[in-house]
Amino acid sequence: MTAQAFFQVLASGLLMGLLYALIAVGLSLIFGLMDVVNFAHGEFLMVAMYATFGLWAIVGVDPVLLMPLVIAFMFVFGAAVYLGVVRFAMRAKTNSGMVQIFATFGLAILIQGVSQLLFSPDYRSIPASWLGGRTVSIGGVFLPLPQVYGGLISVLAFAGLYLLMSRTDFGKALEATREDQGAVALVGIDRNKVFALGWGLGAALVGLAGSVLAIFYYIHPQVGGPFALVAYVVVALGGFGSVFGALAAGLIVGVVESFAAIAMPPAMKSIPVYLLYLGVVFIRPSGLFGRL
Amino acid sequence: MTPRRWQLVVLFAVTAGFVAVPAVLRDAYLLNVLILTLMYAALAQSWNILGGYCGQISLGHALYFGCGAYVTSLLFTKLGVSPWFGAMAGGCVAAVLALALGYPCFRLAGHYFSIATIVIAEIGLLLVHNWDAVGGAQGIQWPISRDSWWTLQFARNKAPYVYLALGLFVITWLVTYWIEGSRWGYWWRAVKDNTEAAESLGVEVFRSKMAAAALSAFFTAVGGGFYAAFVGYIDPESVMTFRFSLLFALPAVLGGIGTLWGPLVGAAILIPMTEITRSYMGGSGNGVDLIIYGALIMFIALAKPEGVLSLFQRDAKPEAAR
Amino acid sequence: MTASPILDVRHVSKRFDGLLANDDVSVSVARGELLGLIGPNGAGKSTLFNMIAGAFPVTSGEIWLDGTDITAVAGTRRCAHGIARTFQVPRSFDTMSVLENVMVGSFMRTASASTARIRALETLEYVGIAGRAQAPAVDLTPPEKRRLEMARALATEPKLLLLDEVMTGLTPAEAKAGVDLIRRVRERGVTIIMVEHVMEIVMPLVDRAVVLHLGKVLAEGKPSEVVRDERVIKAYLGDRHRAA
Repeated sequence: MTAQAFFQVLASGLLMGLLYALIAVGLSLIFGLMDVVNFAHGEFLMVAMYATFGLWAIVGVDPVLLMPLVIAFMFVFGAAVYLGVVRFAMRAKTNSGMVQIFATFGLAILIQGVSQLLFSPDYRSIPASWLGGRTVSIGGVFLPLPQVYGGLISVLAFAGLYLLMSRTDFGKALEATREDQGAVALVGIDRNKVFALGWGLGAALVGLAGSVLAIFYYIHPQVGGPFALVAYVVVALGGFGSVFGALAAGLIVGVVESFAAIAMPPAMKSIPVYLLYLGVVFIRPSGLFGRL
Repeated sequence: MTPRRWQLVVLFAVTAGFVAVPAVLRDAYLLNVLILTLMYAALAQSWNILGGYCGQISLGHALYFGCGAYVTSLLFTKLGVSPWFGAMAGGCVAAVLALALGYPCFRLAGHYFSIATIVIAEIGLLLVHNWDAVGGAQGIQWPISRDSWWTLQFARNKAPYVYLALGLFVITWLVTYWIEGSRWGYWWRAVKDNTEAAESLGVEVFRSKMAAAALSAFFTAVGGGFYAAFVGYIDPESVMTFRFSLLFALPAVLGGIGTLWGPLVGAAILIPMTEITRSYMGGSGNGVDLIIYGALIMFIALAKPEGVLSLFQRDAKPEAAR
Repeated sequence: MTASPILDVRHVSKRFDGLLANDDVSVSVARGELLGLIGPNGAGKSTLFNMIAGAFPVTSGEIWLDGTDITAVAGTRRCAHGIARTFQVPRSFDTMSVLENVMVGSFMRTASASTARIRALETLEYVGIAGRAQAPAVDLTPPEKRRLEMARALATEPKLLLLDEVMTGLTPAEAKAGVDLIRRVRERGVTIIMVEHVMEIVMPLVDRAVVLHLGKVLAEGKPSEVVRDERVIKAYLGDRHRAA
């Protein structure tokens, strides 16, 4: 492999990795906050993609400009899912883990059904975007513009998340709720409110990823599944609940997958990623940056 | 008679009821729904052994199902081995596989374990998909043959499949019943409820998990062998995807996880509903079937977290209702 | 004290990431003795307790039980050797009934479910919660849960019973009933080690007290002597100052 080809593969892997991290971080955030794994996370991504597509079809404005609307919608959507579904799943005294898995799994199928009803099972795409089909060349490495845009958005989102977690009252409330749920009630933070905002934030983050992905990826009711699986692996690899573990793990997964795709039949490119996950947790049972 | 012995009476009555069905019901479509219901009840019972009793939430049982389906199909199509033996062989392969995978995986806790099971099943799916010697993406077609109990091929009358699926369910039920009353059953439930406390009482935690995994995988694979003989055609997508792993867990969870009757009750609600919504509303592709199906799963999970079975057991012995 | 101790802890140390939680601790317990293991917060009582129970390994030193070196025996197997424990925060099997909880313990000595059931019922009778046998363990009150822990541990028929702060959080009446139970268990010939933070509870009950402080054995002897020991008073006072 020439040095140039190496950098080409590395760069596209890193860009995809940033996007994977952005898809996964909402899942990790919600888990860290309240120990719930959202099995509808892939469908959240799908909803964001359809929201972008739908707005684009109605308003006719470039998807890049629609992004704020999409994340606002997703924020409300995420908070509504918490208040309407997850809140009740947490009430189970025994076996609450399974209840959460299957309540959110039922929700995932429901969302797929609704998308199929509204948009049909057909594959959709947004053909005309400023970014679509264009590439930039940096030192002889060619990168598709939508992916570069996605990478930048992801870096900005993580920077924003860092500021949010460290500088704002909401961030501190999130942190406090993560540390000790009992103490929160004593301090007088409304747990439900923090959780609803947390779900809103988690959904907004995956919504951000969806608004980017809609520019260069086919949109259909089943699009979320494969991405959700990558997100679970990323979150577990980084360590459940660790926001920056998700970033590191996303980048690792992106790069491994990118190199795997040229070393073996592309259909098998996920195998090294899965093996990496297994290898890591067999040595470190709580992921790279997780607490047990 | 102890309350436990009464369960056997219930089983006898339920079995007798199901045996009578093909005599009165001739409709091929409804028989098909019945066969699938009993098969999923057996598969959910197999999952329940590891997930419900021992508390190890596997979301990768499609691997064992596929293993049984493939071993049975390959032995039959290439060597002419009867699916009776094929399913047994598939079960043994799956049990060995479960032990080999359990060795590293049972060190993992909670979601790390569940995600490892998903990922391992996905690796299996990808490997089979790209492995031409076992049919690759094309899968394996069973040759058309005369109706026979030896090859388990019944083209015209589907009733024998009802008896086979029922037999499979009864066997998994009896094995679970026997375990529930034995030391293993107590050990497994102790492992599920509190591993550290179990260890302090001398429970062999690791051996318990391994035994549950091997048994669970064995019966899941036997179910896979049955399914292959029943549908006569398998490919990776039709037996090994993540969706199947969820479908094996779902009836047990909805019916009552870690209970004897939960899997059958869950399957009896879920499978007919899935099939009926799919045939009457899914044809148009408008997604209404998915909406109903998803909403129902969500509703049961939220309204009855202990499973539908707990509705009937409020006055029964308290430990079973939990 | 008899010539052969049932438990002999020899020069045991435990290091966690640079912190020396136990430093060259030697304790020996005679057959049938009721020993109190006390000390202020952070003294290393729980560390020592967990090493005897086998919850985690020693860094150095040896633990002998009834003439056998059990230092390398894993936690699960220590129960078979005759060590049983309770947990500071009760850990019941919450999807099982009280009886079933205790049966898990009985299965240590028998593979037969009917024998296990009979022995579990006897044990429940003995600790005084037989009336709750069919109740789900999750529904027990905190003092009942403590009794369940005790019943479960006794059902494994231990030679040595380790009790981790079993009196904490009980009302005076409940604590008195607890003391009676511990006395009766001890009369059966079971050797007992009690870890307690609060001296007042253990001192009237135990034959001998070992005081740990900063990971080392500070003093040991009859309760009446130990409570008058200058170093012990100082250690506890220091603890109170820090707590205040």
